[in-house]
Amino acid sequence: MGQRELLEITNLTKRYRIGDTDVLALDAVNLVISRGEMLAITGPSGSGKSTLMNILGCLDTADSGSYMLAGEDVSKLAGDQLAAIRNRRIGFVFQNFNLLPRLSALENVELPLLYASRHDAKTLARAALTTVGLADRTHHEPNQLSGGQRQRVAIARALVTDPAIILADEPTGNLDSQVGRDILDLFHRLNQAGSTIIIVTHDHEVARHCGREVQLRDGRIVAEVQHAPHCQPSTTKETTAAA
Amino acid sequence: MLFWTTIKIALRSMLANKLRAILTMLGMIIGVAAVIAMLALGNGAKKRILGWVSRMGKNTITIFPHNSKIAPVLNGSADPLSLGDARAILKIPHVKYVSPVVTAWQPVKWGGNFTTCNIVGCAPTYIKIHDFKVQSGAMFTDYDCQDIASVAVIGPETAERLFGSQDPIGRTITVSTVRFKVVGVLVPKGRHGWFDPDNQVLLPYTTAMTDLMGRLVALNHIDLQVDHAANLNRVQAACQRVLRLRHSLIYGDEDDFWISNQLQVLKMANRIGGAFTLFLGSVAGISLLVGGIGIMNIMLVTVTERTREIGIRKAIGARRRDILRQFLIESMIISLLGGLMGVGAGIVAAHYVKFRSFSGHVEPSMVFLALSISAAIGIFFGYYPARRAAALNPIEALRYE
Repeated sequence: MGQRELLEITNLTKRYRIGDTDVLALDAVNLVISRGEMLAITGPSGSGKSTLMNILGCLDTADSGSYMLAGEDVSKLAGDQLAAIRNRRIGFVFQNFNLLPRLSALENVELPLLYASRHDAKTLARAALTTVGLADRTHHEPNQLSGGQRQRVAIARALVTDPAIILADEPTGNLDSQVGRDILDLFHRLNQAGSTIIIVTHDHEVARHCGREVQLRDGRIVAEVQHAPHCQPSTTKETTAAA
Repeated sequence: MLFWTTIKIALRSMLANKLRAILTMLGMIIGVAAVIAMLALGNGAKKRILGWVSRMGKNTITIFPHNSKIAPVLNGSADPLSLGDARAILKIPHVKYVSPVVTAWQPVKWGGNFTTCNIVGCAPTYIKIHDFKVQSGAMFTDYDCQDIASVAVIGPETAERLFGSQDPIGRTITVSTVRFKVVGVLVPKGRHGWFDPDNQVLLPYTTAMTDLMGRLVALNHIDLQVDHAANLNRVQAACQRVLRLRHSLIYGDEDDFWISNQLQVLKMANRIGGAFTLFLGSVAGISLLVGGIGIMNIMLVTVTERTREIGIRKAIGARRRDILRQFLIESMIISLLGGLMGVGAGIVAAHYVKFRSFSGHVEPSMVFLALSISAAIGIFFGYYPARRAAALNPIEALRYE
């Protein structure tokens, strides 16, 4: 693996058993992602993109194949070792934000650093909230924030540990189109500042914002599309933005 | 830092479910309060008994005939305790005072007044052995004993019942059918349950034996006082030797008397008191157990309700032990807060609840014990729910609605 490759999966296979039938969720998937990329993984329901995301996010492990993340083979790890990788290397952004309800924005953003026993958690969390434009909302609880603001807090939480990849699962799925575009803009800015971002989505409009789109179907990569670099959201295609 | 955040989260989630938290804690509050109150009561009873035993004189030994406290020897094979025995015991080193004692339950009359009380025939040393003081008049003397004088020293309660507010000194009371001149009144010691040292009549043992009880040899017991606590066991052994010799017992014969020293009585009272306290505490402890089960129940509900939160925490890097610790801290907060309030309630209860003449007596060690037990209950009953939380699969937990 060279310098530029941040993440490399080889022959990744994952099976599920649902009732009596075996489902091949991932069928020998190969994928290389470079440092500083903004990549979309798309595909219809059941294509295996959730499975791939779970494995890329170290929430799950594959049955066979290898997964190198930032020079480390994580495919053989389990339990608390995976938790440590998630803590240091991965920042999650979810469709439904997944903030802890009774904590302030600042405390939510601090949390991954607390699990890493970092003593500068408060300072870093403040900086991350400033990056996402919420410096003035640090003491608000999630239910006092709008959807877009919640997702910004979630993004701040994802980037506060300076992870290898930010993994976003339908990040605009619960937002109206304008707010969704703002969030995509934020991802762009983070990407330009050097973050590697993977967005899992079934929305082609979202995928078009990413430099590269990997299309998944029946557990295989069926197509790879290069989009124009930094394709900005256009005001004329408002209606197709959000799901 | 994570620790404080965890406590903050636990307190906030309790605040969000106030009624539930209070009801769960109530189980602990009642349990701990019951344990504290019962331990305090047992302890109070023990203290009362020990106080009573030690107020009946220091370093005393009592010798009873033939293992029987009440009836003098009836079977012919055993010798009764005699005045000769008492005199022999007086010669034993370290023995300060000896008094032969005969007792009977007899009616006492003066004027139109009447009471029934314990009649004690004894030597003048009896009041020294048992730490009685005379408040008016004086104790009868050895001469009175030699002369078989018809004199009596009465307890303050007896004086009250017979004479009311009048001065009893110099007046003549009738015990059974025999007349005695009152020469002294004792200082009150305070009633202790069923035994009342304030309602008794002391007579010279010679007079009591000849005029009242019609027996000339058999004593009910011999009371003695030893100069120092350290010599109690030595003197007890010497008494045993002397009495075996005097009663012509040979090797292999059982003692035909029974010696009880105050240290043993204190030890026994202590043991009985301790067992009583333990028993009460254990019964109360059952409610603590029920409180613990309540905590476990609520923690299981909490873990289920917060499945998604657990999923989020795991996704951002919480390890198993982080989740385990979080829920253990929560259950410990519930049990410790409940325990603290229970200690408060228990102290109040121990203060107000009285059982016969025993009142509760709380000691710091009980508070410490109760709090340790509640913390232990928090850990014990919180462990299973916490482990369930820690073992959740992050993907499924995140998907949980």
